[in-house]
Amino acid sequence: MTNPSTSAVRQRSGKCRADTITMAHGSGGKAMRDLIDDVFVSTFDNDELSKLEDQARFSLGSLSNAGDRLALTTDSYVVDPLFFPGGDIGKLAITGTVNDLAVGGAIPLYLTCGMIIEEGMLVDELRAITASMRMTADKAGVKVVTGDTKVVPRGAADKLFINTAGVGVIPEGVNIASHRAQPGDMVIINGFVGDHGAAIVDARGEMALQNTIETDCQPLNGLIQSMLEACPDIHCMRDATRGGIATVLNEFAETSGVCIRLNENALPVREEVRGMCEILGLDPLYLANEGKLVAIVPSESAQDILQVMRQHPAGENSAIIATVDASPASTVILSTLFGGERIVDMLVGEQLPRIC
Amino acid sequence: MKYVDEFRDPDKARALVHEIESLAQQLDITRQRPLQLMEFCGGHTHTIFRYGIEQMLPDSIELVHGPGCPVCVLPMGRVDDCVALAERPNVIFTTFGDAMRVPGSRKSLLQAKADGADIRMVYSPLDALDLANNNPDKEVIFFALGFETTMPSTALTVLQAEQDNINNFSLFCNHITTVPTIKAILDSPDMQIDGFLAPGHVSMVVGERPFDFVAETYEKPIVVTGFEPLDILQSIWMLLKQLKENRHDVENQYARIVPADGNAAGLDALSKVFELREFFEWRGLGSIDHSGVKMRDDYAQYDAERKFSVPNLKIADPKSCQCGEVLKGTIRPWECKVFGTQCTTETPMGALMVSTEGACAAYYNFGNLDELLNKRNQKSQLSAASA
Repeated sequence: MTNPSTSAVRQRSGKCRADTITMAHGSGGKAMRDLIDDVFVSTFDNDELSKLEDQARFSLGSLSNAGDRLALTTDSYVVDPLFFPGGDIGKLAITGTVNDLAVGGAIPLYLTCGMIIEEGMLVDELRAITASMRMTADKAGVKVVTGDTKVVPRGAADKLFINTAGVGVIPEGVNIASHRAQPGDMVIINGFVGDHGAAIVDARGEMALQNTIETDCQPLNGLIQSMLEACPDIHCMRDATRGGIATVLNEFAETSGVCIRLNENALPVREEVRGMCEILGLDPLYLANEGKLVAIVPSESAQDILQVMRQHPAGENSAIIATVDASPASTVILSTLFGGERIVDMLVGEQLPRIC
Repeated sequence: MKYVDEFRDPDKARALVHEIESLAQQLDITRQRPLQLMEFCGGHTHTIFRYGIEQMLPDSIELVHGPGCPVCVLPMGRVDDCVALAERPNVIFTTFGDAMRVPGSRKSLLQAKADGADIRMVYSPLDALDLANNNPDKEVIFFALGFETTMPSTALTVLQAEQDNINNFSLFCNHITTVPTIKAILDSPDMQIDGFLAPGHVSMVVGERPFDFVAETYEKPIVVTGFEPLDILQSIWMLLKQLKENRHDVENQYARIVPADGNAAGLDALSKVFELREFFEWRGLGSIDHSGVKMRDDYAQYDAERKFSVPNLKIADPKSCQCGEVLKGTIRPWECKVFGTQCTTETPMGALMVSTEGACAAYYNFGNLDELLNKRNQKSQLSAASA
C-alpha cells in the first residue's frame, strides 16, 4: 500500500511519451521529471523513493536490531552489450552490489541507483532494464530508495552506465575478512566458473559460435545467510567477478600470507565454457562471474557448509576446490588435470574487453 | 570433453614420464650435461607451462623455448609502421588480439587505440574483409602475421577480395617462415641443442619434408609434435629414443593432423599471393635471409606497404635485453639481466615477455618469480666469484 502523500505525487506525475532519450531528459525540466516518474519511481515503487526527497531516510532502530555494524559499498556497471543471455545490465547492477555487501556477511537492505544515459537510447530499453532491476531487487529482498539521472551527449557514454551503492547490516559475531585464511582451511565455490565471461563473449557475436551459455548473474545473499547459519565463523569470502577466481584466490593468499592449492580436477567448469576457452585460448580461471562466491572455511565445518550450499538453488553445484597450506606463502598453485603443477598468478592486462 | 581429454590423461602421462626417465638415464650426454631439447613453437611453450610439463621431467632434460611466437619476434620498427598506418585518417586497422600489446618505440597498438586510432581486434582475416565490405568509404588494413600456419588464410582472403572486387582492403604483411629460422639457430656458434620438437600447425601446411635438412645436414633428431600435453611427452620420448639408437630422423608424432606432404590447396594459395623477401628483421635474432614473405607484384594493390607509405625505420632492440641468447638456448629466460625487474609482462621490454606464448612471459606468469630471481642472483654471484 502507498501512503496518501505518495498517491498525491503520483497524480501529479506525468508520462514519458518519447521513444528515445534526448538531452531534454537530463535538463532538470518537465521531460526529466516525467522520465523519472514514469520509468524509475513507478517501477521501483516504494515509500522511501516515492517521497522524492533529495535523500532516502530510514530509521536507525530497525538497522541496529539486525546487527552491530553497517556495510556500505558502490559499484558501476558498463557492460556491453546491455542485454545478454540470461541477464542485462540492470540485473547485473543489483546483483553486483547486493553480492558485494553479502560476501562481507552483511544483510543487504537499501540500494541507490545512478543512471548515466547516452542521448539516443531507446526509452523502451530503459524501461526493460529498470523492470529487470526491480525484479532482481525483489528476489534479493532489497529496495532501490534513491537515485540520480544524467543524460550525456552521443559519444560521451556507451548507451547506459549504471552506478548502484548499497547499505547492509552485519549481524553480531560475523567476522569475514580476507586476512583470516589459515593453513588447514578449505576453499569452497558455489558452482560452475566462467559462465558470465563466456556468455558476454558469445553475446557480442564476434565469434559466430553457437552456444547456450547463460550468465550466472544471481543474488547470493540468501545462500550466504544459510552458510552463516551452518557456520558463523566463515574466514574469508569474496564474489569472483572481473579477474575470475584466480584473482580472488591470489588476493586471499597474499593478504593472509598463505599458499592456496587449487585442484583442477575438482573445479566445476561447464563443458560449453571449456570448449569455448579451448577455441579462443582463454582460461576459465580468469573469466568473469556474476553469481559466484569463493569462501574459505575451517576444515571441520567444510562438509556442513557444503551440504547446506548444495540444498540452495544458488549453490547446487558447490564444490571444495582448494586447500590452504602454510607455504610457499602468498602463492596460488594449481594441480593440473594432467598431473603437473603451475603457479596461478593475477591476470595481467585484460583477457577480454569490458565484461561487467 | 571428447577428443581433448584423451590427450590429457594423467595415468598415461605418468607412464610416459617413467619411460622418458629411464631412457634419459641410458644416454651418454646426460652424464656430462643436461640434454637440451628445443620446442620451436610458442603453442608448445604455452602447453608446457600450462600443464606443468617441465616439472614432470627429470632434471637431465632441459626444454629450450624457441622463437616460434610470431608476436614476440616482431621488431619494433614494424610495430611503429603499424601504428603509423593505424593513425592515418580514414583507416580501420585490424589485428589479432595479442599483437595489440607489443611495444613499439613510441607506443603499442593498444596505446594508439586509446589515443583515438580506429583499431579493431579480429579473429580471422575474413572478419577484416567483411569490415571493408561494410565500410566502403574507409580503408581497412589487416595486420597479417604468423608463420606458415596463418599464411593460407591471409592468402585466401586476398584472393577472395580480388574475386569480390573489394578495393578498400589491404594487408600489412609480416608473415615469417620457419625453416630459415631453425637454420639460423642451428648455425649459431654457441648452439647446444640435441633435438627439436617441430611445430605441428606449421607442418600441417608445409608437411614433414621441409625439416629433412635438420636430420640430414645437421644430424639432429626432429619430431613433428601436436599441442596436447601427451603429444609433447610422446614427442620427447621419441626424440630420446632416436638419441639412444643414434638416429637422426624426421618423425611425425602428429600424424592425426599432419600429412607428410602438407596441405596442397593451402600451399597453392600462399605461393600464388606471396614470395620470399630477401631478408626479414627479427626481434632478438636480427636479420635472417629469406625468413619473411611479401606480396607478389600481381597483388600490389592489396599491399599496404605499397598502397600507403610506411616509415619503415629500423629500431634497435633495447641493449639490456638478452632475447637472442634466450631464443638460442644459451641462457634460460630468468638468467636475463632484466627478467622480472625492468622487463615484466606489464611493461615488456623484450620480445619474449610480450605474448603469453613467449618463453619469458611463460616463466613470469607460471613460475615462482622469487625463486627464479634468487637462482639468477646466486648464479651471477658464482660467476663473479670465479672471475
